[in-house]
Amino acid sequence: MAKNPYIPSAVEIISIRPESEVDYTYRLAIDLEVDNGQFVEVSIPKVGECPISVSDFGDDYIDLTIRHVGKVTNQIAHLEVGDKLGIRGPYGNGFPIEEYQGKDLVIAAGGTGLAPVKSIINHFYRNPEEINSLTLLLGFRNPANILFADEIAKWEAADHIDVILTVDEGDEEWAGNVGLVTDFVEQINFTDLANKEVVIVGPPIMMKFTSLEFMKHNIKEEQIWVSFERKMSCGIGKCGHCKMDDTYICVEGPVFNYTKAKNLVD
Amino acid sequence: MSYRVKRSEFDDILSKLQEDYKIYAPTRKKDKGTFSDTDLVLYDEVSSLEEIDFNSKTKYSPKEIVFPITQTLFYFNGDKYIEAEDKGEKVLVFLRPCEVNAFKRLDKIFLENGPQEDIYYKRLREKVKFVVMECTEGFDSCFCVSMGTNKTDDYSLFVKVTEDEVFCDIKDDELTDVFANQESTDYTPEFIQENKQQVEVPALEDITTDLFDSEIWKEYSKRCIGCGRCNTVCPTCSCWSMQDISYQDNENIGERRRVWAGCHIDGYTEMAGGHDFRTTYGDRMRFKTLHKIYDFRKRFDIDMCVGCGRCEDVCPQYISFVVAIKKLNQAIEEGKNNG
Repeated sequence: MAKNPYIPSAVEIISIRPESEVDYTYRLAIDLEVDNGQFVEVSIPKVGECPISVSDFGDDYIDLTIRHVGKVTNQIAHLEVGDKLGIRGPYGNGFPIEEYQGKDLVIAAGGTGLAPVKSIINHFYRNPEEINSLTLLLGFRNPANILFADEIAKWEAADHIDVILTVDEGDEEWAGNVGLVTDFVEQINFTDLANKEVVIVGPPIMMKFTSLEFMKHNIKEEQIWVSFERKMSCGIGKCGHCKMDDTYICVEGPVFNYTKAKNLVD
Repeated sequence: MSYRVKRSEFDDILSKLQEDYKIYAPTRKKDKGTFSDTDLVLYDEVSSLEEIDFNSKTKYSPKEIVFPITQTLFYFNGDKYIEAEDKGEKVLVFLRPCEVNAFKRLDKIFLENGPQEDIYYKRLREKVKFVVMECTEGFDSCFCVSMGTNKTDDYSLFVKVTEDEVFCDIKDDELTDVFANQESTDYTPEFIQENKQQVEVPALEDITTDLFDSEIWKEYSKRCIGCGRCNTVCPTCSCWSMQDISYQDNENIGERRRVWAGCHIDGYTEMAGGHDFRTTYGDRMRFKTLHKIYDFRKRFDIDMCVGCGRCEDVCPQYISFVVAIKKLNQAIEEGKNNG
């Protein structure tokens, strides 16, 4: 009989790293073949299940950066190293990073939207020869909400990566940029337009207006990639919750080229 | 092969079939309707011809046979996951052509959509055989002819019940034995040719995202109350949510199951943190309407709606799906004239 797609594997938590007051990165001991931008269904027995994007992965682990805001994730908050989570997947498509080879890649991420693109950033951080340039435009609500602060510092220190970090609201200690991601698009180098690829991930409204902002700078729709987040119960095109038009986000997405994404209406 | 069976002998055939099959059919439950002195017509297990109501439309469709309202997927026992057993019962279901066609729509989602088959659906579906009841008159709210779902050739047995006899057309070799002593005849199944309601579904290329903002949906924001009855009675609504439960007497043990979900019902799109997508009932009506008569066809080449009219029958706000499609057609025409 075919493997039951709904039964998860019980996977051990090998480390828990706080990223902010409510966001934690859980490293799980599992050997999974993951594409950048894919997600897994994460569950706790007797509590429930939810889709979470894979924020990084290696030969024998995956990282999940989880905000404790829902029924399942609030229970995950009570787990410790050595405890287990139910995992099934990975599901969906990933970012087509082979298309970004040799390009001037811009990644604009808002808040937890950084999680599904972090593995792409780290891929090109480790392999600078695969890319012409990498620009990161990272926005967070406030300084306390900044995710992956030490990795951002690592990217800032790399010669081949430019980082623009901004927060919507600063605080007394914050000396950096203040403003929305859209406000900082103009700081990006828009020479050699044809060689650019732009990845935009964040809340729906951020993705929409950031895409429009890039298009004002003559970036074509074909050069923009976004990732959608929707309610999902199955991850394999059966439960119906994530459907938009004739597209199942869990199957054909969550990553879409803007030419397709612009026509997807909830 | 076709046979004519005396009504009095049909129960013998049913009882022989019952040795191998559970038999489901529309039944009438006296005084069990929502309102006083009304009956409830619904699918139930039967063992005699008498119990089958051939003249009424059931409130709910037969989809529960393959897609139960709640279905245990597996059990938790500590860290172990134990797959729910397959009861393996073979089923014969008495239904109408539109309902056979509805199963084809469910098959698309559960067996074809996505990277793999749904094993829980498949193991129930494989054991279902159709006994189609001849339906040449239909009911007031039906529009199966418009949807092209008034006919089917996918059946094991096709029956036409008259005052004294049951005419049977058999396509399934496994059922022929029980008819061995019956008189053969040249009965050919007939199908309804015209409903009281007719509607034309729009061409795929006529639907654009401009129509998503059309005024026509706003009326439904005021009328629809989001009760989801249309979803639950629909023979092709296939959405579900995952649900975990634990048992009170032993907290280590529990189960994960799926339960029906409906796109009109609050919470359908709600994610952790409270982010919700279609918040107005008009948007939900637009989403359902287009799924039933547009985007499903775009994906699978057939419309999802089979025109059974159950959504209209049960709507407490008297919302007619046929009228909704007609309004959409009108909006398309107006768009063309203005554009």
